[in-house]
Amino acid sequence: MSVAAAGRNEMRRLRVRRFMRHRLAVASGIVLLILVAAALAAPLVERLMGVDIRDVDLGHILKGPSLAHPLGTDELGRDMLVKLLYGGRISLLVALAAALVSAVIGTLIGLFAGYYRGRLDAFLMRFTDGVISLPILPLLIVLAAIDLRKVGLPQSLVQSEDISLYRIIFIIGLVGWTGVARLVRGATLSMKEREFVRAAQALGARNRRVMFVHILPNIVSPIIVATTLSVGGIILFESTLSFLGLGIQPPIPSWGNMLSNSQEQMTTAPQLMIWPGVMIFITVIAFNFLGDGLQDALDPRAISD
Amino acid sequence: MTAFLVRRAIQAAVVLLVMSFVIYGLIGLMPGDPIDIMIASDPKLTPADAARLKALYGLDLPIWERYVNWLSSAVGGDFGYSRTHNRPVLEIMGPHLLRTLILMGISFALSVAIAIPLGVWAAARPYSFRDYSVNLFSFAGRSVPPFWLALLLIFVFAVWLGWFPAGGMETVGDGSLADRGWYMVLPIVTLTLLNISGFTRYVRAETITTMRQDYIRTARAKGVSSRGVLTRHALRNALIPVVTIIALDFGTVFSGALITETVFAYPGMGKLIFDAVMTNDYNLALIGLLFATLVTLVANLGADLAYVGLDPRIKLQ
Repeated sequence: MSVAAAGRNEMRRLRVRRFMRHRLAVASGIVLLILVAAALAAPLVERLMGVDIRDVDLGHILKGPSLAHPLGTDELGRDMLVKLLYGGRISLLVALAAALVSAVIGTLIGLFAGYYRGRLDAFLMRFTDGVISLPILPLLIVLAAIDLRKVGLPQSLVQSEDISLYRIIFIIGLVGWTGVARLVRGATLSMKEREFVRAAQALGARNRRVMFVHILPNIVSPIIVATTLSVGGIILFESTLSFLGLGIQPPIPSWGNMLSNSQEQMTTAPQLMIWPGVMIFITVIAFNFLGDGLQDALDPRAISD
Repeated sequence: MTAFLVRRAIQAAVVLLVMSFVIYGLIGLMPGDPIDIMIASDPKLTPADAARLKALYGLDLPIWERYVNWLSSAVGGDFGYSRTHNRPVLEIMGPHLLRTLILMGISFALSVAIAIPLGVWAAARPYSFRDYSVNLFSFAGRSVPPFWLALLLIFVFAVWLGWFPAGGMETVGDGSLADRGWYMVLPIVTLTLLNISGFTRYVRAETITTMRQDYIRTARAKGVSSRGVLTRHALRNALIPVVTIIALDFGTVFSGALITETVFAYPGMGKLIFDAVMTNDYNLALIGLLFATLVTLVANLGADLAYVGLDPRIKLQ
């Protein structure tokens, strides 16, 4: 093979690769938009189909697909399709909120470590490595089992129906920041040596100002990439905890807790098990593809696989 | 070398100590406490009795003092009793830990044995059809909810085809090695599938990076076959970072084992910890979590050793 032919070959491979990447990422973006739209449209679909998600219909429990219920009904006779849409609302909302919490924590830790270097950097990064290497799921299980009254939260909040939402957003945010922290630290390290940062420092800007006004706006792309990449894992954590009965509590439906009782009903009503899992899988893989595509597009220097 | 090992062991011990305090504090925040449970089960207990009992067991002390008390007896080898099993915690821990290590060990070995050839095979022709297929598989593996994968496998192979049992550890009254192995097939397949996807990705990425090195070109130029370049020159060097990443992933593997064990009702450490938390069995949950952390730390230490074994250039100080 001549050098020119090898070069052409390489170029073609590169184009194929870019195209494949972006096509998957674009398709994933569209899928996610559809999912969000469907979740938002849940009450509309509910009304159009003439069903009520709070309605228990013991005459029609665990039914297979029919015209009235395209995906069948659950163990209380509620429509699976509408329940899936409402579950998607919660799962997406919780995932995005937890991703936001972890992005904030990760950005702060990464910024401080990368900007101040030295001992603080060593300590923060050792801490990050420590958190990464821990068996996270058992720890999340304990965090999810904590009695919030013992932490000193007011009774009214602890007994509110939405407490399981706040709790899961908080505890997943608490462990989900490691990827963001590492990327932000790396980006901060390289920004710190740039002329405009030096100039700002020479003009007497305070460290805090340099960090948040000069560096932060310039490292938004890696933060977006890292956050997108973290959403998939966060959805998996949420659904796992909800499946185990420690995450989002019924009657609030989430894809994870819809699967909780499906194991016992597996033989009689496999639709209970199939659909929520398919939804989680599609959402997570779409976020992973999207993050991967964004990484290629926004951060071409990063060695991607 | 020895100095390095000692230093890492000390670091691991410090992490374990910090974690023991964190976990001790968290477990104390779980609902109820042992005396509350006694009160609930015995209505004749007066509040005065309860207060006396709390003082007797030291439950009225501040958390620091309680922790130090617990730590000193734990160091002395007394890990307390399990409330639900009515037996010393360590006695219960042993067999469960062993079963988890068997489950994790087998699927870990299988995952590595499959992921390395798969990753190298994909990396040999980057951005070809086969590479995309492997990549897609790897993405799918990272995106599937672990518990759902277990449910699907149960549905297909236990409920539908009826080839394997849906859960448990052995047939009642049998319990031979073959019988137990039969029960382990689906849990092992689940955990292996979960591990392969991540491992393959690392192997592939590292092999591709290594293939761009000058010494690979030199090897090609001197006439080494493609296969030889891949296995003798590229793989060996690619394995060094892979070993580290895989060992650092041990915590994730343990999390996967917890889900797998819980769905398949396989009595290992993961299920033990989960059940202990759900039944407020404080001592058991505490020691279980600490053991899980300890095992992870030991795995990380093992990664350092393997690192030296694979790369003679690395000198540990």
